Amino acid sequence: MIAETLQRIGTVAVFLVRLLVQCGPALRKPRAVVHQIYNAGARSLIIIMLSGLFVGMVLGLQGFDLLQRFGSEDALGVAAALGLLKELGPVVTALLFAGRAGTALTSEIGLMRATDQLTAMEMMAVDPLRHVVAPRFIGGVVAMPLLVAIFNVIGLFGAQLIGVQLMGVDPGAFWSQMQAAVELDDVNEGIVKSVCFGLACSLIAVHEGYTAKPTAEGVGLATTRTVVISSVLTLLLDYILTAAFLGR
Amino acid sequence: MKPQRSLEIGTGLFVLLGFAALFYLTTQLPGSGLAMGEAPGYRVQARFDNVGDLKPGSPVSMAGVRIGRVESIGFDSGAYRAVVTLRIDSEYDQIPDDSDASIQTQGLLGGKYVGIGAGGSETFLKDGGQIEFTQSAIVLESLVNKFFANFASRGSEEAPAGTTEKTP
Repeated sequence: MIAETLQRIGTVAVFLVRLLVQCGPALRKPRAVVHQIYNAGARSLIIIMLSGLFVGMVLGLQGFDLLQRFGSEDALGVAAALGLLKELGPVVTALLFAGRAGTALTSEIGLMRATDQLTAMEMMAVDPLRHVVAPRFIGGVVAMPLLVAIFNVIGLFGAQLIGVQLMGVDPGAFWSQMQAAVELDDVNEGIVKSVCFGLACSLIAVHEGYTAKPTAEGVGLATTRTVVISSVLTLLLDYILTAAFLGR
Repeated sequence: MKPQRSLEIGTGLFVLLGFAALFYLTTQLPGSGLAMGEAPGYRVQARFDNVGDLKPGSPVSMAGVRIGRVESIGFDSGAYRAVVTLRIDSEYDQIPDDSDASIQTQGLLGGKYVGIGAGGSETFLKDGGQIEFTQSAIVLESLVNKFFANFASRGSEEAPAGTTEKTP
């Protein structure tokens, strides 16, 4: 069991190195990368924006209810902004990304494997890592921080919608306290997290697809594993990164 | 050719939207964002008995207007006092040198800031100057203690009033 786990980690690491080597050449064909940014990013936009709106609204509602007990509902802006920027934005986006874009990547590559397309490319001395996997990986890595940023802005709008419009928090206090309390470091923490999650989720997704058993069942299993591993890894990384940032 | 074009436009739109959001988050959201630290200013020192939880970066304000930031907080091991270095923006260069500095709290639960009250002197604070009159942070606990001590001594005189219990 332990040896198996170690072996898995090892193969993923080796795969990552091989993939990174191919990323440079893959960037020389920007069309393919643009296509994958579209697949991973632009097509996840609706679900990210909807989720961001509702997460922000719930944050506004819960935050207001909690802060009201201490008579400091003016701090709602701070609570919502920090909650979104540092935790909810990156984590929820990564989880949605794993479910929306990660599964698509895995099943696409896995199906290519199952229908021998990847093998055919290898036969023709065309490296599938460079032409199939690397553009998808880069697409995911680029799309993730942008999706998180959009999620955060929409979430803030949602929190503002509930807090200010519905609950009657003073808009001036909401925004000015937020601006006074949020430091550039807080924003950076969210960006670093989103980049790390993007790398992790994209890597897991393409790796699971690439190493999927070439059967219908194998592709299904690989897709499931993508969601499970990405989600757990995201939450684990989140804890480690939070601890690292707080430790400063 | 057509679907490829709309795909590229879609991607461009997405990337633009993402960067706009990133730009907003990094520049507009933190009040102390990218603009911080560039404005020229001069340094003044003030010694406090107790700085509470004042932190480097806390605002320095005069009449409610932010005129600078706390640059560093040190400790004078000779006088056992905190040495706070304030960095005042250079446009506010007409602060009388007998002004007083006090550590105040923004709202009930807000952070600490240094408030400066203008004095009446004809000469102004200069770089490396010192604010002589200071008032320490109000420690909430001691205030609460004082309040309860007062309350208890008054409460014992009219004890029966306090013993009635609420019925559900």
